[in-house]
Amino acid sequence: MNKIIETKQITKTFYMGDIAVHALRGIDLSVEAGEMVAIMGSSGSGKSTLMNLLGCLDQSTSGEYFLDGINVNSLKKDEYAEIRNHKIGFVFQGFNLLPRTSALENVELPLFYDRNHRIKNPKRAAIEALERVNLADRMDHEPNQLSGGEQQRVAIARALVNQPAIILADEPTGNLDSRTSLDVMSVFQELNDQGITVVMVTHERELTLYARRVLEMRDGLLRRDYMVENRRRAKKDLEEIEALEEEMV
Amino acid sequence: MLQFKNLIKVSIKSILKNRMRSLLTSLGIIIGVGAVIVMVAIGEGASERIKNNIASLGTDLLMIRSGASRFGGVSRGIGSAIGFTLEDVDKIRERATLVKAISPVVRSGGQVIGGGNNWNTSVEGVNTEYQYIKNWEVASGEFFTDRDIRGRRKVCLLGKTVADELFPNSNPIGERIRIRNTPFQVIGVLKEKGQSGMGQDQDDVILAPATTVLYRLKGGLYIDMIYVSAVSSDRIYDAEKELKTIIREIRDIKTGDDDDFFIRNQAEITEMASSTTEVLTLLLGSIAAVSLLVGGIGIMNIMLVSVTERTREIGIRLSIGARERDILTQFLTESVLLSAIGGFIGILSAFIIAYILEAFTTLNAVIKPDIILIAFSFAAAVGVFFGFYPARKAAKLNPIEALRYE
Repeated sequence: MNKIIETKQITKTFYMGDIAVHALRGIDLSVEAGEMVAIMGSSGSGKSTLMNLLGCLDQSTSGEYFLDGINVNSLKKDEYAEIRNHKIGFVFQGFNLLPRTSALENVELPLFYDRNHRIKNPKRAAIEALERVNLADRMDHEPNQLSGGEQQRVAIARALVNQPAIILADEPTGNLDSRTSLDVMSVFQELNDQGITVVMVTHERELTLYARRVLEMRDGLLRRDYMVENRRRAKKDLEEIEALEEEMV
Repeated sequence: MLQFKNLIKVSIKSILKNRMRSLLTSLGIIIGVGAVIVMVAIGEGASERIKNNIASLGTDLLMIRSGASRFGGVSRGIGSAIGFTLEDVDKIRERATLVKAISPVVRSGGQVIGGGNNWNTSVEGVNTEYQYIKNWEVASGEFFTDRDIRGRRKVCLLGKTVADELFPNSNPIGERIRIRNTPFQVIGVLKEKGQSGMGQDQDDVILAPATTVLYRLKGGLYIDMIYVSAVSSDRIYDAEKELKTIIREIRDIKTGDDDDFFIRNQAEITEMASSTTEVLTLLLGSIAAVSLLVGGIGIMNIMLVSVTERTREIGIRLSIGARERDILTQFLTESVLLSAIGGFIGILSAFIIAYILEAFTTLNAVIKPDIILIAFSFAAAVGVFFGFYPARKAAKLNPIEALRYE
């Protein structure tokens, strides 16, 4: 199997004045193509720091990190930007869409920063990405005209549009109610079914049930690594809730 | 590199997002560019007017005056040498080959009475060639003739100002006036010339035959100066040299002795006048340039605010693969665009102000294309210069911290 992510003893130490904070104490992690991994941990466990390293937003203090076969540690700043653009699709907790900018333009944005112009028709690619998250009919709406769930779908479409090797989601449902969370999880599951590798960070244990594999972190170390038994389907759960609600009415 | 079209689009969007703020920011540049152009235009207008006036005197003009005499190494100052006589003028005319026209000028003046009014003005005694030398045209009536000069006849032509003062409601031609109690007959009125480059009213004058003024009005032997028109303006220096030789011979100045007369040519006078206005233009322009600088600082201020306000946006852009350079160019484009728009509006308003100035004041405002170009490029340069620091600040942001910024 093709390894998308491979880390060897990566650590990250922050310095607050004279005090060293060891956020990551040596993580060995590998994620293969087509996996859907949930990284679980309470706040302060180092999961966000790990996510930033995996997403090439930050550099590790020591250790090696291979992304899609590329040794990322030795790269320069601009090459980092290029990796972010080509290999990674990021989905944030706070959606992070550009305000007063249509959904379509938001999704197109990463393509404008693609120096190699791998995708010839940015607009069509953006529309296709929006279609994959079932939002093609809303592409002219600006973020403030969209619900939280819809905004996160736009963000997922933006993450998809560059055909990245992996989608990294940092607490993607943190700002959403439970129903919308299920909706977003079902989008991730669908994309994963189509072969897209997804790594997400969450602190909600029930959401890990929708992943294929779970990594549990505590105090900057990976403590558990297990496959999910009885994986749930978000779409099915959502339908059940809707059916229940209809009965109540 | 971000696509140029998209870059412009993003910048315009962000400028339009804060219309009021953008307008106020640009205002500094608008005023700066407008002021530079208008100020320089006023300076140019003044210098152009002076040049035109001087040119209207004729660029082939030479003026001859008697000057300082020396006696045993002691200079006696201007006017100490004996003056020129009317005979000298005839002698020069006979011998000079590079002279088109030559006229004596006898200056007099005083109270003039006529048509029930009186007026104090100057009287110039000249000959018939004078009208060609100084480009005088006759509005009505006619110029005096050589016969009038030979006969020392008491005829005169009035300048427009004098004619208006003495005969506001009637035709002065044929009327009698008294210049310092000497009666003259008005035979013509001169065409209006307006102000001279030095602000003198050129129409406040009476022209009369040189002989009449010299012998009947002023009394004496010597004329004040000689006006000469060279055959062409490019031979003016040759003409000057020739005149010098002739006059030295006439006045019997020995080789090695200094001249006791001056010859001035128009080119020197033009140079003198234009160098004054150049200083004026430079002064006005540099005062206005200061306001352009202040405008630039305004842009820097706003761009810094904009960077802070859009920290999150910058974080988003960085996280999806924008390089430092992309962010830098984006913010630079914005500030350059802001100042370029300001510059453009500034140019437009400069044209409007220049038009208003020309229409409602006596000021001349001449907008030259090169000053527009200079002002505009200066404005754009201000955008780059003052936009660079904020843009760099934006580009250097750490993506993680930028994304966390609330």
